[in-house]
Amino acid sequence: MSIEFKNITKTYDQAPVLENINAEIENGEFFAVVGPSGCGKSTLLRMLAGLIDITDGIIKINGKQINGLAAKDRNLTMVFQDYALFPFLNVEDNIAFGLKARKMPEEEIKKRVAHALEMVDLSDYKERKPRDLSGGQRQRVALARAIASDAKICLMDEPLSNLDAQLRVKMRSEIRDLQQKLGLTLIYVTHDQIEAMTMADHIMVLNDKHVQQIDTPLGIYNQPANEFVANFFGSPKINILSGNYQSNNHEITIDKYLKIKVNKKLDKNDYVVGIRPNQMDFETIDNLKEGNASVKNVSNLGSQTIVSALLDNGQTVRIVKENQLSIAPGERIKATSRGDAFVFDPEKRNLAAISVGV
Amino acid sequence: MEEENNLLDAKKQNILENSKKSILANKISVKKNDKFYALLFLGPSLLLLILFIFYPMLKTIYLSLFLTNGNGQNTVFVGLENYVSLLTSSTYLASLGSTFVYVIGVSVLTIFLGLLLASTASKNVRGSVFFRTIFSSTMGVSISVSAIFWLFIFNPSIGILNQVAAFFHLPILNWSTDPNLAMISVIISTVWMNLGFAFLVLFSAFESLPLSLYEETAIEGVGPVYRFMHVTIPLISPTLFFVSIITLIESFKSFGLIDLMTAGGPNNATNMLVYQIYQNAFLNGNYSQASAESVILTIIIAILTFIQFKYLEKKVSY
Amino acid sequence: MENLNQWTGSKKTWHYLLLIILSLLILGPFIIGLWTSLLPTADISSGKLFIDNISLDNYWAALTQTPIIRYLFNSLFISILTMICQVFFCSLAAYAFVFIDFKYRNFYFYLVLSTMMLPFEAEVIPNFQTIKSLGLLNSYLGMVIPFMTSAFGIFMLRQSFMQMPYELKEAADVEGLSHWQFYLKGALPYSKLSIYTLAAYSFLSAWNQYLWPLLTTFSDDYRPVQVGLRELQSQETFNNWGMIQASAAIIVIPTLIVLYFGQHYFKSGLNEGAVK
Repeated sequence: MSIEFKNITKTYDQAPVLENINAEIENGEFFAVVGPSGCGKSTLLRMLAGLIDITDGIIKINGKQINGLAAKDRNLTMVFQDYALFPFLNVEDNIAFGLKARKMPEEEIKKRVAHALEMVDLSDYKERKPRDLSGGQRQRVALARAIASDAKICLMDEPLSNLDAQLRVKMRSEIRDLQQKLGLTLIYVTHDQIEAMTMADHIMVLNDKHVQQIDTPLGIYNQPANEFVANFFGSPKINILSGNYQSNNHEITIDKYLKIKVNKKLDKNDYVVGIRPNQMDFETIDNLKEGNASVKNVSNLGSQTIVSALLDNGQTVRIVKENQLSIAPGERIKATSRGDAFVFDPEKRNLAAISVGV
Repeated sequence: MEEENNLLDAKKQNILENSKKSILANKISVKKNDKFYALLFLGPSLLLLILFIFYPMLKTIYLSLFLTNGNGQNTVFVGLENYVSLLTSSTYLASLGSTFVYVIGVSVLTIFLGLLLASTASKNVRGSVFFRTIFSSTMGVSISVSAIFWLFIFNPSIGILNQVAAFFHLPILNWSTDPNLAMISVIISTVWMNLGFAFLVLFSAFESLPLSLYEETAIEGVGPVYRFMHVTIPLISPTLFFVSIITLIESFKSFGLIDLMTAGGPNNATNMLVYQIYQNAFLNGNYSQASAESVILTIIIAILTFIQFKYLEKKVSY
Repeated sequence: MENLNQWTGSKKTWHYLLLIILSLLILGPFIIGLWTSLLPTADISSGKLFIDNISLDNYWAALTQTPIIRYLFNSLFISILTMICQVFFCSLAAYAFVFIDFKYRNFYFYLVLSTMMLPFEAEVIPNFQTIKSLGLLNSYLGMVIPFMTSAFGIFMLRQSFMQMPYELKEAADVEGLSHWQFYLKGALPYSKLSIYTLAAYSFLSAWNQYLWPLLTTFSDDYRPVQVGLRELQSQETFNNWGMIQASAAIIVIPTLIVLYFGQHYFKSGLNEGAVK
């Protein structure tokens, strides 16, 4: 089941919420749609589901245009943020709800519900009402409903956002496993970049009504199309600094020690430079007059240490080191780049060049 | 680079054409059947409301602008003359006056006693559930039953009130011939009937008061009367307002108890707005005058309901 | 509400005394009515109220000599029919206002809401003519049709439907449920509490109808109790106080039962639909 978005636009009362969305999703792909709240990602999902009308553009499933098709005829299922379980039905009836509405034979319903319950490991809970289940169990009931429907396209709208952090990690791999076992084409909407990075085959980054980038998780991480994408992915957050391009040696200077080399000739200008915290380095300096920054804050996470420091030119940087350090706020350091960095043009903030060495 | 751009442009062109072709298909909504269902679901209620509320309202206004003959047919268009004659008629003005006396008396007593019942029952002592059931019980009493109970109590010759009065050698009161006493008896029966509802609503407001506020004022050593006036009353004021306005509206529309207990008498002392409409329309056949009276009643009720809506708007999201 | 440990004994006694006095005030008319319903009318008329000559004779007389059973049946039939219709039509309209997209939806809603400003009592003249021209005077239908829907009911159920997570409707759309199916299997069961509240409310208000049945019924075959008692009053039997009190007692029992079981829903419904 492949899916195609062509120039999709959605407006509410003349105000556009999505403009010219284009994307192609392959059969069996795990496709994540990521963006901050209000970026229109849920709207896009609901247009694909057939819950709201498309203002302009075409959506195709398996090459067939489905714009006017009602939700029920699109042969897909959907898992919702708040699970959308009926409180007055037990687990079994909640799963069978849609099948019964479609007037499927009783035998077939029983078989499918049992199978779905088994897949999500809830067979012992089928008599319970949703209020007697934990958050994670409710989420699995919602998954079971999607499994039972037998549709090969599954849409998920922030399905894990109501769970606590530990459970979220566990459910991530469960959903990924299910998707592969059942061979689903899965469209997964989330605001959580880590979820998208860890689960998806491809990620669509949405912001400000537009697609910012569609790529594999590593593609997005290693070659962000613009400053927004670079900023959205990666933890701790990327350092966004301003620097000046020197044409004689293809270098961008942020300050006297912190410089990067770019891979192509640029116009002479100021540029925005993104350096991931783990692509920065520092050494401690004893002389207070030396170095280029002073330490402001130190977080020891055990396996790594995050140091935030104030550059003498007023910009703040975060630096991650993969070991334990004894360093205190106030100490002088010399902060440098390890090499990898992104250069964005100062106007449109699009990727202008990549740095691969100092 | 150049090539890439060309390719992109070609692709864009392609997509643009495709979207043009699909414009017709795009306009098909995914909710094709909604119009049909809206008609099916809303139609019956809308039809009923139009037939039994909107149409009769317009018809009543229309009728109020004509004179009616003995056969109930409209004869002459007289404009607002029916209203003028009503508002200058001493009978109607007296009826309006007694309605106001009744409405104010009923509302004040209902609120006062309702608050007393609710605040007393809100203290959790042993058996309070039992008392709450008793306090709400008059809500299950219908107009005719209430009328019979109180008619017997007020009956001048054999009624329990006068029997008690006789026992203590107090003067006997004639509730059925004294206009003031008749009004009082109607008010008392109405209040008694209203109390169950007023109690139930006010009590649930008391129940939802935050406990912490009470503890705080207890610590500060505030007296119970001060606390009731300055903590409890402001907190339950939305409910208090709701009960007041409902009681006002319902009292303006009172008919059954009056018909059963006094039939508007003695000497028109309890002949209130709805009873007047009934008398003029169905006993005297004077449709035009009754219609004008109906319009005046509607205006009063509409104003009260409008105030209620305005207030609710702040509390409820439509 | 208060820490009872702080309550001294005398304070508690005063509180109970107040509770009992108020209960007597409320129950007084009931007690007097029930007590006299057990006495021979002759004794009531001569003022002998404190005798031990009690019996159920008045009840027997009321049941055999008056059409009170017929009145009760009529009232029950009219009230149940009104209740079913109101729950059905109000919930359908409320569903449309929440779950169906159509043009001028808000306009229609305010139109419905505005009918709460127009009292039925002021519209009896044209309504009487309408029912008359439909040939429904002196019939059950004539007493039910004008009350088959209500703005209050639509408003209350709309509030309750709006509290349903909209995702439930979206899930149902994906699963392929029609509006009718979702109304029946989703919206109604989800809002059970409000449905019961409206049911109890519409039953009681139909039971308490007075003016309309007074105008439209002419025979005991269709007369409900409220108007039936008036009929008894206008007849000679009304001097038979014992029997009248017995009739009142018979009539009050069904509504007290409805109230007892419906109390919970009343309270929550009033809070949900009107006050909050």
